[in-house]
Amino acid sequence: MIADKKNIDLIDSSGNKAAKAITVENIVKTYTVKKTVVDALKGISFAVEKGEIFGIIGPDGAGKTSLFRILTTLLLADSGKATVDGYDVVKDYKAIRNRVGYMPGKFSLYQDLSIQENLEFFATIFNTSIEENYDMIKEIYQQIEPFKTRKAGQLSGGMKQKLALCCALIHKPSVLFLDEPTTGVDAVSRKEFWEMLHQLKLQGITILVSTPYMDEAGLCDRVALIQKGVILSINTPKGITGEFGKPLWSVKANEMFHLMNSIKADPEVESCYPFGQYHHVVFKSQENVKEKLERIAREGNYTGFEVHAIEPNIEDCFMALMNTHNP
Amino acid sequence: MGIRTTNKENMYRSPLGAGGNQFLIFVKKECLHIWRDKRTLFILIVMPVVQILLYGFALTNEVKNAKIAIFDQSRDEATMVISDRIAASRYFDLIKNVHSYKDVEATFREGKIRLAVVFPLGFRNDLLHTNHAQIQLIADATDPNTANMLTNYATAIINDYQQSITQNQQLPYSIKTQVRMLYNPELKGAYSFVPGVMALVLMLVCAMMTSISIVREKEIGTMEVILVSPLKPFRIIIAKTIPYLMVSMLNIASILLLSVYVLDVPIAGSLGLLIAESVLFTITSLSVGILISNTAKTQQNAQFTSLMSLFLPTLLFSGFLFPVENMPLPLQVISNIVPAKWYYIIVKSVMIKGLGFTAIWKETLILMGMTMVLLGISIKNFKIRLA
Repeated sequence: MIADKKNIDLIDSSGNKAAKAITVENIVKTYTVKKTVVDALKGISFAVEKGEIFGIIGPDGAGKTSLFRILTTLLLADSGKATVDGYDVVKDYKAIRNRVGYMPGKFSLYQDLSIQENLEFFATIFNTSIEENYDMIKEIYQQIEPFKTRKAGQLSGGMKQKLALCCALIHKPSVLFLDEPTTGVDAVSRKEFWEMLHQLKLQGITILVSTPYMDEAGLCDRVALIQKGVILSINTPKGITGEFGKPLWSVKANEMFHLMNSIKADPEVESCYPFGQYHHVVFKSQENVKEKLERIAREGNYTGFEVHAIEPNIEDCFMALMNTHNP
Repeated sequence: MGIRTTNKENMYRSPLGAGGNQFLIFVKKECLHIWRDKRTLFILIVMPVVQILLYGFALTNEVKNAKIAIFDQSRDEATMVISDRIAASRYFDLIKNVHSYKDVEATFREGKIRLAVVFPLGFRNDLLHTNHAQIQLIADATDPNTANMLTNYATAIINDYQQSITQNQQLPYSIKTQVRMLYNPELKGAYSFVPGVMALVLMLVCAMMTSISIVREKEIGTMEVILVSPLKPFRIIIAKTIPYLMVSMLNIASILLLSVYVLDVPIAGSLGLLIAESVLFTITSLSVGILISNTAKTQQNAQFTSLMSLFLPTLLFSGFLFPVENMPLPLQVISNIVPAKWYYIIVKSVMIKGLGFTAIWKETLILMGMTMVLLGISIKNFKIRLA
């Protein structure tokens, strides 16, 4: 342990890599499933600053879990280099396993052990104790402490997430890897969970978090949008929406399905996606767009028609970026 | 269990050296898993007991009270005595006197008897005047082993009679065979299946349960978290096996107690040696379990592989059910790689024959070698990553 610390100090003072919490360079990962080769990661690169909440945003099958497993030394990449806290994920895997916290996508605690037993187990295998690092998990643990004798298998989704987070935090990791921590968790618990992550950020922990929920992107310091093993864009959430470039219109009518067809039939329209109660529309040229939409509504005799100019959100950007990458 | 450290000073100084605490908590966790899964625990504890009792009382291949018929065409003094002696034996139960060969066949066909004794006409006359008399033993050989045994028993009774009538006359050049059944004078089945059941139970409990418990961690995803921890893979493996080692010891104890006090099979040799050899075999089985867990992807997969690769070979090749010497040469060669065969030989030597270590050092050495190789391979192949 002590030797490890000296090591990192040395790299810190001399090198540039240690200045970043995570670096990823041209990581490629393929799987062979029944003789067909599947590209999980097609040469992705990014870097995460220390103390940052970095979000990996993308749909299922984008390659998020593969990336997490490579960074947590659980998988070997086919090619490319990656470091965590200055350590190489292949060569120095032992050092990395000593200092990171990892919460896999699947809820990975022992269902037949109680909250306290789970926490005690993970504390001990990381050479620490609950008492010693209690301040680290206090805020979160206090919420589940009243049920500490309850078996993990009998907890609600939100409580399970809190316990898993406690277990990943108990040894004061320098980098925390959270693979889809909010999947399958209710809206209130999700909100609470993100508040906890911001608390942890204040303690100086770097957090790499993946999520399929676009609305959570705004809660990260920076995000990478990933799809089919390719990073579409890396920026702050504001930066990403800023890249959108074109005005976005949101339209609504009582006959939503027909409205979508009518809009898409217009050669002037670049894209049109359903977003909850509205369709989000982008035009190729920006003159008299509102009038064009109103004309479509008139010609189709749509009732309850509404049109607003709106700011794009991350999902709009994701859709647009997806289109430019896979036309 | 569970040495708690409260201050930083002694944190890295557990009695077991660095990582001792990690190791202990892992063992404790494994014990909790076993303890909380009451159904599996019940099976683990009760299975050996049931097996011993089943083999001891229900599935015995000893023959007692086999039903027989006698077809006595002579009805003289000699045939009466022989008939009486046969009927009085605890092996036989005379249910019918038949009066023709047709009857004999009919009774066999009905499945009522397993053996018929036929005396020809003028049996005593032949015996006294020509010195040659014949008795026909007809056995139902659909079950060859039983048929063989029954004819042997009957022959023994007849020979006995022969000796009793000739004992006063000094026959020239008569050779008598005197048979002594060593180690198991009463030819009890228990003497051979107690060692067999021990081998079977240890193999199953250790190999199957360890492989299942390791694969379960992979399946539910906890292995991911454990691997991303300072815990060394080697320690994970050892910690996983210790609780099953303890369960196995419990099983050995229950089997031995049952065999001594219920089945009347004494432990002829040294109990300490027997236990030491059992621990060795347990470790062999545990390493087989670890080896299986390295390749198995799901719990069912692990269970199936264990059953196919352990249960059947143990049953077939250990010599417990079928004598290895009677198998074709290729099978005899294969039987050598089945660890249970060697353990079976060891247990039989120590427990039944009462032999010491000098008699079994070769088998012990073979078992040790197997364990080293298996443990080496399984630890080397234990994946420090997921794929």
